[in-house]
Amino acid sequence: MNAPLFKFEYFNTDVSLIIAFAIGIAFGIALEKGGFGRATILASQFYFTNMRVLKVMFTAIVTAMLGLYFLSVVGFVDLSLIYLTQTNMLPMIVGGLIAGVGFVIGGYCPGTSMVAVATGKIDAVVYVIGMVFGIFIFGEMFPSIENFFNSGFMGSVTLPAYFNLSYGFVVFLVVLMAIGAFAAAEWGEKKMAAKAGKEKQ
Amino acid sequence: MISLTKILTHAFEKDESHVHIEMKEKPYSNPYLVGVGLGLVLLAAFVIMGRGLGASGALSTAVAVTVNKIAPEHTSQNNFYKEYIGDENTNPLMDWLIFQTLGVLVGGFISGIISHRVKKGIEKGPRISSKMRLIYAFVGGGLLGYGAKLARGCMSGQALSGGAVLNLGSWAFMMMVFAGGYAAAYFMRRQWI
Repeated sequence: MNAPLFKFEYFNTDVSLIIAFAIGIAFGIALEKGGFGRATILASQFYFTNMRVLKVMFTAIVTAMLGLYFLSVVGFVDLSLIYLTQTNMLPMIVGGLIAGVGFVIGGYCPGTSMVAVATGKIDAVVYVIGMVFGIFIFGEMFPSIENFFNSGFMGSVTLPAYFNLSYGFVVFLVVLMAIGAFAAAEWGEKKMAAKAGKEKQ
Repeated sequence: MISLTKILTHAFEKDESHVHIEMKEKPYSNPYLVGVGLGLVLLAAFVIMGRGLGASGALSTAVAVTVNKIAPEHTSQNNFYKEYIGDENTNPLMDWLIFQTLGVLVGGFISGIISHRVKKGIEKGPRISSKMRLIYAFVGGGLLGYGAKLARGCMSGQALSGGAVLNLGSWAFMMMVFAGGYAAAYFMRRQWI
């Protein structure tokens, strides 16, 4: 086991910030190249006209997941040292619903809004100001919602652990699901394009 | 005088058309290729640092530090702010997510410049005014900020990073984001289509 490199003290925290900046640059380039700096493209996901969000996101998840799985099987990466956000089921479900509604209303998610700001989108600047306001409200309300925030605690738990399946089998299921989703997305886009074509005539 | 205006207008038009050809936007890349690229960036973060990508965390630190500057008494009573401020031995701004998010701004700008896609404007559908669009942008941003904090992360930290490490809560979050998005899409259709 040699990785995660930082956990094996190959470099210190100061160096990690330079790495953070470099990885951020690559992240920003990928998001911009994907068209995620534009709210109209992101929002079209929810009208089935352009399924880029789903395609990019699931391809990225599958790529990183397969890479990690492979590197752990060959003994390079210790999966147990990779940070897992703890699961608090109910607040995550409620937070996810609020975030989903906010996504369609605002047109961006936090990461994509940064790229949109960097490429000159005024609505993204306003969106980020709104996000700061939302975080501030959350912070001010925190003492009264702290109990809810910490409710439904399940610890750091993975899908394989929760469903009592092997890691490799869940990886396989996610790949299958992604392929199904890609096929559905391609089919849906063609349907919507055909419909749009008919309406024009 | 009239001829001068004509010449100027002509020159300007010519110049603009020239600029237009030069600055033609390049089309966006193939989504599956971008996905592989993004996945490799995420994999690099896991292998090098042992953690995934994030976005909302940097803003949370910024909010917490600002509130702490104005009212330190107030933040010391609040576990949310306290977590982002940390103890006196660390500077909360020397943080992985802050530097990573600065990188996203730089990377997005570089990629946009190369492909001639850096252009001042407002993203919206044809049936909504710019003013309404900006109001929605603020409201949506506010909801995202609030929701992401409640869920301990946003699309980057939870859906993408947590998704790749098969985190149970992250997958629940991701499903709920799509559910919330599709449920609200009908009511927002005038903004986008």
